[in-house]
Amino acid sequence: MRYERPTTLQAASQLLAKEKGSAYVLAGGTDLLVRLRTGFIEPDLIVDIKRIASTRTIAKTATGFKIGAAVSGAELGENAALKKAWPGVVEAANLIGSKQVQGRATMTGNLCNASPAADSVPALVAAAAKVVIAGPKGKRTIPVEQVPVGPGKTSLKKGEIIEAILLPKRPARSGDAYLRFIPRTEMDIAVVGVGVSLTLDAKGIVTAARVSLGAVAPTVLLVPAAAKAIIGTKLDAKALDALAAAASAACKPIDDKRGTKDYRIKVAGVLAKRAAKIAQQRAGGK
Amino acid sequence: MSSIKVSTTINGDPTEYVCEADETLLDVLRNRLGLTGAKEGCSTGDCGACSVTIDGRLTCSCLVLGAEMDGAEIGTIEGMASGEKLHPLQKKFIEHAALQCGICTPGFLIAAKSLLDHNPKPTETEVRFALAGNLCRCTGYDKIVRAVMDTAAEMRRA
Repeated sequence: MRYERPTTLQAASQLLAKEKGSAYVLAGGTDLLVRLRTGFIEPDLIVDIKRIASTRTIAKTATGFKIGAAVSGAELGENAALKKAWPGVVEAANLIGSKQVQGRATMTGNLCNASPAADSVPALVAAAAKVVIAGPKGKRTIPVEQVPVGPGKTSLKKGEIIEAILLPKRPARSGDAYLRFIPRTEMDIAVVGVGVSLTLDAKGIVTAARVSLGAVAPTVLLVPAAAKAIIGTKLDAKALDALAAAASAACKPIDDKRGTKDYRIKVAGVLAKRAAKIAQQRAGGK
Repeated sequence: MSSIKVSTTINGDPTEYVCEADETLLDVLRNRLGLTGAKEGCSTGDCGACSVTIDGRLTCSCLVLGAEMDGAEIGTIEGMASGEKLHPLQKKFIEHAALQCGICTPGFLIAAKSLLDHNPKPTETEVRFALAGNLCRCTGYDKIVRAVMDTAAEMRRA
């Protein structure tokens, strides 16, 4: 195994593109090192991207936030402006693992690990986040939900690296939230996760919304029908019931040791309601 | 396999070592530098027995490659006491008998110090959440939590 630490995206991309054996990108390493140490992967090349300056910063831009691929959960939690604009995204990222893991783990890694139960991904999808991908042919930007294509699989091509996650600028009266169900208080993997992002008008009516579900399908889902159920409403009981029904209807879960299909379908609806209420409060509504 | 030369600072001392690409920081500390305070429990980042700080941030050294540490400042349990003088957390762990076999203790101390460095007045809930990445299989957690709370109170009085 070789270890490389390039200082530019181009160099990193070239290393990955030229490698004939198996090559992996290293940022926080909290998933990669586990897979490496347990023999699940046997890399020929590890490309550490942490010396590439643009992967290390959280920048407030004219269009929102640009979060470098190697920014840790702890750094997200310490950024007051980001927390204020996107509390749901930050709380989702900060739910991953322990303080020790937070010191290293990144949202981009959580996304590229492509677990259906990744905590930060439903929040990012609800937030309409995009990723900037650098590759041998230059850069491209795609919505976050197009990155994972199945458990452990992404749409990234050979030589491509995610440089950063882009979060859009918030209109007034906007809020987001992420909730997950786990049988413990922390340090666990989501049985179901729900991200909701919404914007209210001056009267408290939802004018825009995005709802995303985790751990109920092979990939994190964006559920337009669930968003439609609350747009144009004040999140009254009827709208919330319609939201829950739409969220449950979108689930395509499996039975496993963490939960049964039926349970996940039910809990997705319950959590969608609760997350929507939190997002509404954060948007300044009642 | 080509060996990688790394220049780093450990507990304030400039330290150089050579390691292989697939060696973890924990391997380097224990096997190359003789710093055996950090323990290997699970090797998957769940137990916290290998906790260290890297540039001031609490981390599991089993989840970091030794090669990544060029230019980094590492803090280990060996740097916690000043010579013979124990850190207040170390004293309180002894006073409260917050350990039995001791395997988890260095990790708990590093994690607890990291908490108190950032939050000198934690609630019990905050202590329990902050130490959730450290597992103890003999004492249980009550004595550990009490020792940390008591240290925080004492350090605030000092």
